[in-house]
Amino acid sequence: MSSSEADLRKRAEAALQKKGAYGEDLDLSRYREGERDLPQASKLDELSDAVQEAMLRSGVVPSEEGREGSMVVIDNTMVARSVMGEGYELLDTREAMRRHAWLKDYSWKLVQPDADKYTASTYLSDATGYFIRALPGQHVKLPIQTCMLVGKERSAQMVHNIIVVEEGASLEVVTGCVSQRGVEAAIHMGISEFYVKKNAKLTFTMIHNWAEQVGVRPRTGILVEDGGAYVNNYIILKKVKTVQTFPTAQLVGKGSVAEFNTVAVAQPGAELDLGSRAVLSGPGSRAEIISRSITTGGSVINRGTLVGNAPDIKAHLECRGLILGNHGVNIAIPELEARVPDVEMTHEASLGKIARDQVEYIMSRGLTEDEAVGMIVRGFLEVGIRNIPEELKAEIDKTIAQAELAKG
Amino acid sequence: MGRLKQLLTASMMYTTRETMLEIKNLTVDVGNRRVLRDVSLEVPDGSTSVLFGPNGSGKSSLLNTIMGLSNYKVVSGQILLNGEDITNLPVHERAQRGIGLMSQRPPNLVGVQLKDMLRATSKGARDPKELAGVLDMERFLERDVNVGFSGGEIKRSELLQLAAQNPCLYLLDEPESGVDLQSIEKVGTMIHDLITGGITCAGKRAVEGKSALVITHTGQILDFIEADRGYVLCDGAVACSGNPRELLREIRTNGYEECVTCRLVKPT
Repeated sequence: MSSSEADLRKRAEAALQKKGAYGEDLDLSRYREGERDLPQASKLDELSDAVQEAMLRSGVVPSEEGREGSMVVIDNTMVARSVMGEGYELLDTREAMRRHAWLKDYSWKLVQPDADKYTASTYLSDATGYFIRALPGQHVKLPIQTCMLVGKERSAQMVHNIIVVEEGASLEVVTGCVSQRGVEAAIHMGISEFYVKKNAKLTFTMIHNWAEQVGVRPRTGILVEDGGAYVNNYIILKKVKTVQTFPTAQLVGKGSVAEFNTVAVAQPGAELDLGSRAVLSGPGSRAEIISRSITTGGSVINRGTLVGNAPDIKAHLECRGLILGNHGVNIAIPELEARVPDVEMTHEASLGKIARDQVEYIMSRGLTEDEAVGMIVRGFLEVGIRNIPEELKAEIDKTIAQAELAKG
Repeated sequence: MGRLKQLLTASMMYTTRETMLEIKNLTVDVGNRRVLRDVSLEVPDGSTSVLFGPNGSGKSSLLNTIMGLSNYKVVSGQILLNGEDITNLPVHERAQRGIGLMSQRPPNLVGVQLKDMLRATSKGARDPKELAGVLDMERFLERDVNVGFSGGEIKRSELLQLAAQNPCLYLLDEPESGVDLQSIEKVGTMIHDLITGGITCAGKRAVEGKSALVITHTGQILDFIEADRGYVLCDGAVACSGNPRELLREIRTNGYEECVTCRLVKPT
């Protein structure tokens, strides 16, 4: 063990009780470390029906149709991995660290092990997770899908993911995070570090579908170099206990771009603390944060932070929230920070109930009030998912319809 | 259940009813402001009535009240559709009974595309593309309803929605305003076709055609539709009624001031 590793370990150990900067403090002692030795499957559709059903609920396709490759992690075991296309690598993060000595320069660089107890626990557990690398100049055509599944009650899932999109390459990753039916309480900690090199592009779409008592603490850092582009789509529509996440994109490259789209529904009992941050340090870099959230009785906080550190940057934040029914809390916290004069930074935020005149306008065409509200809600969320892949959109439409959001 | 009732109502109206719409002594407030005072008027089956009146005289308020929009509180009076009292019915039930409104300033529906609206309105019975073709609106099908539409585009979009809805009573709030010269012919013809259902015989139209209550400022729409009766609204009350073309000629010559002071003709 190198001295820097020993140092990190020490720092992580010291941070094991450190509360997160935001969100409810979760008692990790109430959970058991997830299984590390589950049986392997050679293909996704050999996994149990219960696992496949859960995958489908989070946008992961068991048949792998329309996917370039797949990885499934259940609790703390990578149980399936398939590589079909070319131009990229897909490995268990631990295996990747063994194969590539250079990867140590990427691991735990965008997320600090001692940031809080969740990063510290994950660091010290030597976590599994996915490592995906798009090779230089390669355009990986179809999305690569990954599934982080919690299969056992009271499990603590800890994963460490690294994506590297090499110079001039492009890659799309769809990840579904989900708990198997029957699991009520669990915790998911996910560390993700994404590197988008010069003129490369990464589109990352994450769908969460947890259960009523699941706590979720993702920690994500993104680095974008010259001319690179990062698109982040995050969708959570179903029940959960608490999610707190605040991914940060460091736009260090000239003309680099980041775009965050969030679509969230806070069901009764849920506490969602969702944020997106872009630090624009490359001249001419651009960032856009768009969020659409609805509370149907839970609480949702939308944080958005844009930091302008370089000239000629342009950044916009648009945060809209709807309150359906008489319960629920929706909080918008937009933040703009400029440190040089030549910046153009704007934000719009609005919260409210559905406008009565819109409902009545649709009703005047013969639709019932519930139908009218349903149309408006779908339309409201539509803006947040406009850029996500078509087949996922169909899935999301279905989820919205099933969520019975119309019951204002 | 609602559908059955609608069908029964629809079949009854051609056989036993003679008055599509009857407004009886209607007084309406918006907030603390009185917008209609003791208004009475009738739209017989298969006929078209026109509403004239200066800005702020209550014309749009009357149409919105007939549609049942919640800002318009009926203080007293009644609205009868085919003899049925609909004064307290919710908006969608009025629409299901056959009332269709073309609004002057409809709200933006962000994220709801015009084609979705047309499909939902016609319950899937009409192909949005085919409807849009008539008014050269194909390129608007995937636009969000009313968002960034010009005045004339709103009119055409409203008209498409009405065509999808297929009501028996058309409430048209200044259908020609904002429509450019190239489109006015198309818009006017489409309104004519919707109201008459393609019937050219006046006698037959009175029995089988649709009914309409149309607001017009300029009277331009009268070049395209047959208007049977006209009303002049002033300060929320009916000041005059009569032959719509004669009323229009009078208004064009002397303005509305005459109508306000005139004591000759009182509404029937």
